[in-house]
Amino acid sequence: MKSDNKNNTGPDEGLLREPLSRRTFMQLSALGAGALLLKPGAAQAAPKLRSAARIVIAGAGAAGLATASRLAARLEGATITLIDARKAHYYQPGFTLVASGIKPANYVTSSTADYVPHGVELIEERVAEIDPEGNTVVTASGRSVPYDFLVVATGLQLDYAAIEGMDERLIGQNGLGSIYHSPAAAEATWRQMSEFADKGGVGVFLRPGTEMKCAGAPLKYTFVTEDYLTRRGNRGKAEIIYNANNKALFSVPIVSEKVRMLFQQRDIKVNYDRVLQSIDPGRRIATFRTPEGTTEMGYDFINVVPPMKAPDVVRNSPLPWQQGAWGNEGWLEVDKHTLRHVRYPNVFGVGDIAGVPKGKTAASVKWQVPVAVERLLADIAGTESTARYDGYTSCPLITRLGRAMLIEFDYQNNLTPSFPGVIAPLEELWTSWVVKTMGLKPTYISMLRGHA
Amino acid sequence: MKELDPMILLAVFLEMLGPLLWLLLAMVLLGTAAFVALLVRERGIAASRLVRAQLVGLVGGVLALVLMATVSSSGFTDAAGPIDWILIVLVYGLGMLGTMVLVYTVAGWTRLLRRQGAAG
Repeated sequence: MKSDNKNNTGPDEGLLREPLSRRTFMQLSALGAGALLLKPGAAQAAPKLRSAARIVIAGAGAAGLATASRLAARLEGATITLIDARKAHYYQPGFTLVASGIKPANYVTSSTADYVPHGVELIEERVAEIDPEGNTVVTASGRSVPYDFLVVATGLQLDYAAIEGMDERLIGQNGLGSIYHSPAAAEATWRQMSEFADKGGVGVFLRPGTEMKCAGAPLKYTFVTEDYLTRRGNRGKAEIIYNANNKALFSVPIVSEKVRMLFQQRDIKVNYDRVLQSIDPGRRIATFRTPEGTTEMGYDFINVVPPMKAPDVVRNSPLPWQQGAWGNEGWLEVDKHTLRHVRYPNVFGVGDIAGVPKGKTAASVKWQVPVAVERLLADIAGTESTARYDGYTSCPLITRLGRAMLIEFDYQNNLTPSFPGVIAPLEELWTSWVVKTMGLKPTYISMLRGHA
Repeated sequence: MKELDPMILLAVFLEMLGPLLWLLLAMVLLGTAAFVALLVRERGIAASRLVRAQLVGLVGGVLALVLMATVSSSGFTDAAGPIDWILIVLVYGLGMLGTMVLVYTVAGWTRLLRRQGAAG
């Protein structure tokens, strides 16, 4: 069974544009959360640009919708077309909360059509082919949509098939959890995890060896499970094992070290260089690839995070990286600061599909989209834009129920806190949890509408 | 968006609260106006009523914290760093102040209107 989950953002978040805007965004989130720390500024309405340009946006997840909203607000006379078959929109940053029993499944589900801006056409079909030489996109029904500019926002594909023995239909049974699959699977995972927290046993956690949505999510879920076991008085009956795909727990070294310390404090065992290769859901055995060969691990509960790759439509086009680390996974070959395709200048890539070194998160989307849109509008206007994306992304890393670390960073692994000196990034805080549970969803929805 | 745009702020709060936002804003504006009008009308503060309103305000602060804990799925042992305590004080303070002003104003106007009714 193949996953159709090709949404645009990771189960995580934060968001912004130039440094001030990013800060503003996080402040907005916190404001939403009740921290009144803001200074009002003047409202600015940019003048509309007249153009007959045809802009196609492939994919109507977070990145596609945010792009459409921003373009529609700035252009007059242009034809903007969104193409995506999926009718449901998923607020993926909320998946972890659903799988933690904090929110119901409907918290993360809404309808794509709710966010399609006025004047933008939504073609509810799968993108079947992208031809950047002929400047055309072809839909599943064979409809050919020509473009002057293309924004690729197809998101990514969960590759459960790459795990031998894995069957997505078994998620929610026999100790098998997998948050990423869908809202229903996140909820089913919660039931399995809750059962595990009642009984104890061996809990196995992991992350894939590929690029992935929100690399913080597998860590969060490990922390939350440990917390439930402790709260229910069953911590002593449980062993928790986290399997890192390489020699780090997080790509930002200072964060990785902090997580290592917290894991040690909470007696969470860590194995490095282990990638899930196969699973036997009936016998509850996971087999991991290690530098020395394979190793089997029995479990009572497991959170399977599947490998992730670019959707076939992008992989089968000339758009992916042709070589290097991402040659196999099919991510779009874009300039990491402009989001413009390296070989096709009228093509941009935003969201999970973008082949950039950091962050497949809603936070990245929020910061990437305005840059790509500014560059695209400058092309139309015949001007130059200096808009630049420095890799900002954010991860409210839940470390227990009621506390999180508000981690924000960039391409260079710098921590880029929105509230320096107020909300410490490496401190477990209730305030950061409040930002996550109250502030982020409204800000995310505002982003889809082009308002934030 | 280099400066914080009040419209963005409004958009985020609208997403969060829906029509409730307008109701809350109306309550704040009308409540403040009624409070000021009462002060003008009575030419000062009624000390005993203020003390009673402050007592109710203490409970209002607690209710604000309970509401905050509910909507943020938090418990009462979650506060950790200084900013958490600042946020708790802020939420409590706002709840207390809002309740106090509301109780003081409603009680004051009720008394005034009753008196007017009795006189008329």
